[in-house]
Amino acid sequence: MTSEGTRPAILAEGLVKRFGKTVALDGLDLEVAAGTVLGLLGPNGAGKTTAVRIFTTLLEPDAGHAEVAGLDCVRDANRLRGQIGLAGQYAAVDELLTGRENLVMVGRLYRMSRADARARARELLDQFGLADAANRTAKTYSGGMRRRLDLAASLIATPPVLFLDEPTTGLDPRSRLAMWDRISALRAQGVTLLMTTQYLEEADYLADRIAVIDRGRTIAVGTADELKRQVGGERIELTLARESDLALAGRTLEPHLDGPVRVEDDARRVSGAAAEGARRMTEVVRDFDAAGLRIDDLAVRRPTLDDVFLSLTGHVAEEGEEAAA
Amino acid sequence: MNAERHGWLYWQISDAAVLTVRALRHIPRNPAVLVFSTIQPVMFVVLFRYVLGGAIKLPPGVSYVNFLMAGVFVNTVAFGSFTTGVGLAEDLQKGLIDRFRSLPMSRAAVLIGRTLSDLVRNFFTGAIMFGVGVIVGFNPQGGALEVLAGVGLLLLLGFVFSWIGATIGLAVKNVEAVQSAGLIWIFPLIFASSAFVPTSTMPAGLRAFANNQPITHVVDAVRGWFLGTPVGSHAWISIVWCLGILVVFVALAVRVYRRAAASS
Repeated sequence: MTSEGTRPAILAEGLVKRFGKTVALDGLDLEVAAGTVLGLLGPNGAGKTTAVRIFTTLLEPDAGHAEVAGLDCVRDANRLRGQIGLAGQYAAVDELLTGRENLVMVGRLYRMSRADARARARELLDQFGLADAANRTAKTYSGGMRRRLDLAASLIATPPVLFLDEPTTGLDPRSRLAMWDRISALRAQGVTLLMTTQYLEEADYLADRIAVIDRGRTIAVGTADELKRQVGGERIELTLARESDLALAGRTLEPHLDGPVRVEDDARRVSGAAAEGARRMTEVVRDFDAAGLRIDDLAVRRPTLDDVFLSLTGHVAEEGEEAAA
Repeated sequence: MNAERHGWLYWQISDAAVLTVRALRHIPRNPAVLVFSTIQPVMFVVLFRYVLGGAIKLPPGVSYVNFLMAGVFVNTVAFGSFTTGVGLAEDLQKGLIDRFRSLPMSRAAVLIGRTLSDLVRNFFTGAIMFGVGVIVGFNPQGGALEVLAGVGLLLLLGFVFSWIGATIGLAVKNVEAVQSAGLIWIFPLIFASSAFVPTSTMPAGLRAFANNQPITHVVDAVRGWFLGTPVGSHAWISIVWCLGILVVFVALAVRVYRRAAASS
């Protein structure tokens, strides 16, 4: 589990939150040790954003207990707010203010002195590659620049605990890598970080530990490797020459697998978990040949988080905006 | 962090000042708002002064343009409350309110910042409308102190209505809906009042409503001060109305703000 004896920097016990008849959180448990990065992974509507909103005092839970930095998210809400930074998927910057004005404003609202807020803003604008754009209104910024400004704003008071809600959703690959860079740097500085994401490779790359949640509950926690091990060893993956063969290919592969077969139409690919995959592959290829299925490519590989997700939840992680919460 | 160095009140004022400066910076950077908040009242001036005014019967001794302008000023600051609501609905939609609510800051500062900056904007649109009035023949006869009192009451009304706008903006969370909602409550109040026509020709029931609702009191007080005619009890009744509405809507707006969640 987490580090010995010390209290976790972020803690949730049996969190419940309902919106009308929808149950967004259904007894969520979560623990993040100080100085570590937790990736909160889950499909649309799993409750990721709701959890972040409770930790950041934007919502009150209906039941259960949540605390950050040892402070209760409901009772000590105001003191807690001084210990956290929040950057969201909406890039909450004021478009009519310049980058610098945005940062100084947030700094002042964190109750920094004017001089401290200005000095820290200058430092962050440099670090985040926004120095040249510092005196332009945020309206003129690209999507990637806005996200960086949003993240910088959440860091202005150097809070020990940071919440990032889908920090790279909707960014182009280059901007995403730039964000990863900044987040890795934070991790190196020892900030406690909880980030939600729908991108499995993002959690794999940035997080020390990953919590998979589905339908408002934690269904698995561990390092990326531990989770992959849970899914079982190797995976067999075959790419078909013809899309029309996919259904038959799935049925042909299934008996050779330890779990469900996964069929991806777009990629013309069938795959699934199979211990000692290399040995079984021979039989698979023989069966495919007998069935008249033409194979374009075949591989035996270690599982990805996509596979973890599929085997834990029974469905594939979907991309797109999280439902209203 | 130096939160401990100052007291609670210091930070309430500091937060409100930071957010007022923020909203004031929006005014020159988004001139469309200022332009659009003067277009409607200018159209009203033209419509009532030149199209409808000739057919409106007034007691002898008052020209219609002099009668009209007090109503135009009240109409201008009343519709100015749209801007407050629209601004807050936008802040909500863009996630800025989430950011502010996650900060260790005053719960009222965002609202105070918006309403105070809209007070300043109301002053500018009001000044523009004063100029427009003079161009079409408005000729206030009141003394300097009386005109000042009239301006003060107009700004108070604008500030009070901004808090109503703020409450609506945070409650409906949608820019277009804020505008429709604004029309629903402002139009009847303005037209069933002495803003553009004397209430004496209205049917009895409507006249009773018109004579006793706050807009009529404010219009009559402002009109009296600007034209140098007796104001009577309209002044203090207006102020009591304004302060009463202010207390209710400050409480309501802060309450809605605390619960406001982005509608994503």
